[in-house]
Amino acid sequence: MTEIFGFPIQALMGQLVLGLVNGSFYAMLSIGLSVIFGMLNIINFAHGAFYMIGAFLAWMGLYYWGISYWWSLILVPLAVALIGIAVERTLLQWIYKLDHLYGLLLTFGIALVIEGMFRHWFGVAGQPFDVPEGLTGGFNLGFMFLPKYRAWVIVASLTVCVGTWFIIEKTRLGSYLRAATENPKLTQAFGINVPIMVMLIYGLGVGLAGFAGVLAAPVLQVSPLMGSNMIIVVFAVVVIGGMGSIVGSIATGLMLGIVEAIPKVLYPEISSTMVFIIMAIVLLLRPAGLFGKER
Amino acid sequence: MSRRIEHTPVEYLRVTDLHAFYGESHVLHGMDFVVNQGECVSLLGRNGAGRTTTMRAILGLTGRRSGSIMLDGKDVIRLPPHRIARLGVGYCPEERGIYSSLSCEENLLLLPKVASGGMSVEEIYAMFPNLKERRHSQGTRLSGGEQQMLAMARILRTGARLLLLDEISEGLAPVIVEKLGEIIRDLKAKGYTILLVEQNFRFAAPLADRMYVVEHGRVATEIERRDLPSKMGLLRDYLGV
Repeated sequence: MTEIFGFPIQALMGQLVLGLVNGSFYAMLSIGLSVIFGMLNIINFAHGAFYMIGAFLAWMGLYYWGISYWWSLILVPLAVALIGIAVERTLLQWIYKLDHLYGLLLTFGIALVIEGMFRHWFGVAGQPFDVPEGLTGGFNLGFMFLPKYRAWVIVASLTVCVGTWFIIEKTRLGSYLRAATENPKLTQAFGINVPIMVMLIYGLGVGLAGFAGVLAAPVLQVSPLMGSNMIIVVFAVVVIGGMGSIVGSIATGLMLGIVEAIPKVLYPEISSTMVFIIMAIVLLLRPAGLFGKER
Repeated sequence: MSRRIEHTPVEYLRVTDLHAFYGESHVLHGMDFVVNQGECVSLLGRNGAGRTTTMRAILGLTGRRSGSIMLDGKDVIRLPPHRIARLGVGYCPEERGIYSSLSCEENLLLLPKVASGGMSVEEIYAMFPNLKERRHSQGTRLSGGEQQMLAMARILRTGARLLLLDEISEGLAPVIVEKLGEIIRDLKAKGYTILLVEQNFRFAAPLADRMYVVEHGRVATEIERRDLPSKMGLLRDYLGV
């Protein structure tokens, strides 16, 4: 059998894997957005820019400084987290008490500035990034060909997502983070240094975006615009999944990746609209999102 | 031991001319009071008199403040809340402040230790067996009484020596209120310093060594326990009971 309802099975499976790859990026980015919103009360429009910085740092590491992809996977998220912490300390911390709108505008501005700098330095044409040695080629599964790198992206990002879930839901540090998200003032009155927790969460959130950027570099083109292309869908993922649920972010991210990919075989015109159709339906039926708690 | 404390009281908390604001509204208008080491002092007053705000102001949870808050000889009014807590202040808020995103046990273990000498988790579970039974339940799934026990228990674990207890008897069944009274007597015997905000005069009266009546954001009068019988009329006027 090589067809389902007249559609080639090879193409369907190929799109399914691509969907899972994109979904992995959505999952990692939306976890960060959601924990940052929970704790800082800021809709972090700069999230896509940090993802883009991650991809560029990996690319620059490889072509300018001779840092291998594998080292980048560890070093780049840390570097992005540090940049994020610097932004939080110098800019964001002054606007926590203001309306959401200010945070949105400020981070949108930060995103434009960062994007502008990279456009100025590198132009808008994408930079090629070779698939690292050891992950080239693929597996022939009989019914389809599975590129190794795509499989690696899915495994690596799921591992990181589950690790993040574990830290937040199961550890002592995680209980501080959850408490500070739920009731920051009281938590601070109990002796927990909430401003440091806030800083760490921002670092963690954008560090995850940086990690996603490194993973994305060999699959997508490394370009200054890659973040803003991604961020709109990621916001939709957060809205559909519901704020504040990590499991929700992971599941919704993967699901939407697939939902977006499959129509590329069936009816390509609708593929990029699918996410927003689902968002509209979910908002009508469950305004708090699929995994969110009603307030 | 108790005689010595009676003769040479050591000031643990001294609040002087404390003003506090929520945004533009001026809530405390110069609170002045003292809590000595090992003493249980109660702030009495009607709703809105400023008792809860006094506690929140001590912890730095209100808006702008002025005046001085001496804690164990150190002025803490400029410190951020987490530093104040770390000096040994345990806070049991009026709304109990149990976290719904944490289990009962996570709620209990959340607060960092601020000094040695706190109760161990085993001792706490011996004191509040219900909490042990329900340790895996979501914090806010506990009954009102259990939540109040949890809110008390978690500050006993930290080693804090000054306990700020806000309306702990509110909305609880008489049996539980009685149990809380026993716990506070027990804590006094162990040398804890306690500031008690209470609406329930019958609960506070037998526990407090001294009382301050708070009105319009300042102390209206101070009553020693031994003068209580003769001042009941005055108290009735202030509290409207």
